[in-house]
Amino acid sequence: MSEVKRWTPDEIAARIARDIPDGSYVNLGIGQPEKVANHIPEGREIIFHTENGILGFGPTPAEENIDYDLINAGKKPVSLLKGGSFFHHADSFAMIRGGHIDLCVLGAYQVAANGDVANWSTGAADDVPGVGGAMDLAAGAKRIVVMMTHTTKQGGHKLVDAITYPATARGVVQRVYTDIAVLDVTGDGFRVVEMADGLSMEELQARTGAPVTG
Amino acid sequence: MAGIEDGARIMLSGFGEAGHPTDLVHALLDQGARDLTIIANNAGNGYVGLAALINAGRVKRMVCSFPKSSQSVVFNDFYARGAIELELVPQGTLAERIRAAGAGVPAFFTPTSAGTPLAEGKEVRDYNGRPHVLEEALHADVALVKAEAADRWGNLTYRKAARNFGPIMCMAADCSIVQVRRHVELGELDPESVITPGIFVDRTVLVAEPADEQSLIASGYRREPA
Repeated sequence: MSEVKRWTPDEIAARIARDIPDGSYVNLGIGQPEKVANHIPEGREIIFHTENGILGFGPTPAEENIDYDLINAGKKPVSLLKGGSFFHHADSFAMIRGGHIDLCVLGAYQVAANGDVANWSTGAADDVPGVGGAMDLAAGAKRIVVMMTHTTKQGGHKLVDAITYPATARGVVQRVYTDIAVLDVTGDGFRVVEMADGLSMEELQARTGAPVTG
Repeated sequence: MAGIEDGARIMLSGFGEAGHPTDLVHALLDQGARDLTIIANNAGNGYVGLAALINAGRVKRMVCSFPKSSQSVVFNDFYARGAIELELVPQGTLAERIRAAGAGVPAFFTPTSAGTPLAEGKEVRDYNGRPHVLEEALHADVALVKAEAADRWGNLTYRKAARNFGPIMCMAADCSIVQVRRHVELGELDPESVITPGIFVDRTVLVAEPADEQSLIASGYRREPA
């Protein structure tokens, strides 16, 4: 696959950002999805929610302005934009569970052809389990998309017929953005929206554990 | 910490360090109650605060959403040895169970966790064409909470995202004990800005300069019972 031009995490984040409509309320999962905030097209106003209790947070502050009472769900320092607000956890998750969040970008271990997603536990016996807000976001946001590498580091499938890791939620993922493709979840497979340069349908199918259609 | 008995169910506010009542947890460590059930979002870092309480063997059971972190060495060790029980609860379900207890709602159905291992053994009903899981209110004997300012009636304000679990935990415990940076006179708090009305608050403790867990951890400090 040497001729395939893989997208970098920042390029994937920028691709996701281009799809977010003006005025959306958006929650970004911990890790790579946090990069989406850095790529919002100019002139578009997106209000970011973080489940620990902030709407309207902004970029990482300068060192001298870091305040550990002002952090995101990844416990990283953020700033507050004009218009931003604070609220307690029950209100924060009412926003999520109550369907007030327009879009959530999650990271994931696996996404199935029917929209099932696994992102909180590998099920390994020695793993300390931690779920955080992932199940609430996956169950409650109006639109769930996933940002992840297309395969594991060993080349194993992450887009699959059926998830094998413990579920985060069932039938919720609508679109997946990977380092080689953008795919919509159809219920019985994945439909290509966009592919990296140099990638053929045959190669994409080989790297995907469920039927892919053009 | 007077009156906290062995076997008590204790809520601790905070999301990570923000809003975590580290100083009150150290007082609980010195007070000596054992076999505690701790309800908190996380399970402590380094060897301070909640991690010090666990390390002293005083916590029987943790109810939380995200016990692991890069610095949760004590919990990870106790969990690996089977020396502590864990009830893992999705963060929003944890918040709503706490809120429900404070609001007099004994149980509720939620779409969160439907079809996942965390719903196993729980009643499931379909509403609006989707499965929902029955979750019960989560009540505590004591809530230890960190806030910003309190007046004599117990009205509270918070600081930024340190608010997180404080308001709902004050509601859900028989006795809520709140550490604050400032005590103010009645009337000094703008009534429009009071986040927790004093009816939910039993005791306040002035801690003008609260412990900074990250600095303590960075210095290698290990809090032991007095």
